[in-house]
Amino acid sequence: MQIQLTVNNTVHRLDVPDSALLVEVLRGQLGLTGTHIGCDTSQCGACVVHVDGRSVKSCTMLAAQADGQEVITIEGLAAGEALHPMQDAFRNCHGLQCGFCTPGMIMSAVELVQRSPGLTEAEVRKGLEGNICRCTGYQNIVKAVLEGASGMNAPAAS
Amino acid sequence: MNRFVYSKATSPRDAVRSHGKSTKAKYLAGGQTLLPAIKQLLDAPERLIDLSGAGLEGIDVGRKTITIGAMTRHADVAASEQVREAIPGLADLAAQIGDAQVRNRGTIGGSVANSDPAADYPAALLALSAIVHTNARKILAERFFLGLFKNALKSGELITKIEFQIPTTSAYEKFPNPASRYAIVGVFAANFDQSTRIGVTGAAHSAFRWMEAEDHGRGIKNLSNVGLDQSTFNNDIYASATYRAHLLRVLTLRALGRL
Ligand code: FES
Ligand code: FES
Repeated sequence: MQIQLTVNNTVHRLDVPDSALLVEVLRGQLGLTGTHIGCDTSQCGACVVHVDGRSVKSCTMLAAQADGQEVITIEGLAAGEALHPMQDAFRNCHGLQCGFCTPGMIMSAVELVQRSPGLTEAEVRKGLEGNICRCTGYQNIVKAVLEGASGMNAPAAS
Repeated sequence: MNRFVYSKATSPRDAVRSHGKSTKAKYLAGGQTLLPAIKQLLDAPERLIDLSGAGLEGIDVGRKTITIGAMTRHADVAASEQVREAIPGLADLAAQIGDAQVRNRGTIGGSVANSDPAADYPAALLALSAIVHTNARKILAERFFLGLFKNALKSGELITKIEFQIPTTSAYEKFPNPASRYAIVGVFAANFDQSTRIGVTGAAHSAFRWMEAEDHGRGIKNLSNVGLDQSTFNNDIYASATYRAHLLRVLTLRALGRL
């Protein structure tokens, strides 16, 4: 079927199988391999992207369901060469080891902060329930999200 | 994953017509259970009818009831000021379903139609004397949940909205499975003018009302001698039936204590 997706601000008209998952189209058809597939059971969160401003598991949504909507992937976060504050915080705080879970962690974290700007450590841990880090580096991930939150809430440097 | 044909319904009537009571067709709500089931080959529908364009979302607060459209996402119920004000336990329950991403897609109608024995909403439906509205009729929650993944829906019947009675106070207590976030046991307690109602999920094959405990109502300090039929209690690698019965007593006391 024909669908139209706006991915990272670029409009794509695509011909996709009815049963294609959003993650398959992002990775396979659009070559955006920053979004990962870490499980078959919709539990790991490696595939999280934003669809119309909400974080979703792109392995648990059909591309057809995203027709006409706006998708942001990890590739769409940075402004050119300048990393998004959340990406920067993950780098700073050593919030990744192998990096496989990181794109999903960052996409979940960004929405979390957008929804509740003044969030506490406990809220970060609760908010990341849908993201699993197989390297189990959660301490630094939580630290990174808190630092990323201050970065996102800081008045933009002009 | 098996292939299927996707279509998007433009109204409830359009959805029902295109389903046509076919055993090969399924409605697609939020897809947070159905799509994983299809991916794992536990289900293989030939046609999926997406309900997201059928105009079934929204929260409507009346004097005595709150009515929630079947396609309303868990995150929207959790974030609704109106729900939180009228039935705080229901907003709390919605905020505890799955994880943030599941709540962003999953819907109340999908959860109720699936009737998972460990899903959260059924406990609230039973405690709040909810009415399940479908394209064809209205079904009282107590006549809706009939067993393990079994409910009163007929083939092709479509849930359009759920109507909850507004209690004077309400509370939800849940002990989640740490991996799946489903309830090992969940208890929804609600006080109405003349009565207390207790809805239980996770413990048995189907959500149920614990009427023996309701009779004792608020103020009770010890539930150990209150009758509890454990014949259909779940007994699995996560928790034995005995453990679930114990959890149920603890959580019920906690929920009643918050009323
Ligand atoms: S790939 Fe694991 S949740 Fe999507
Ligand atoms: S950094 Fe390796 S899975 Fe999280």
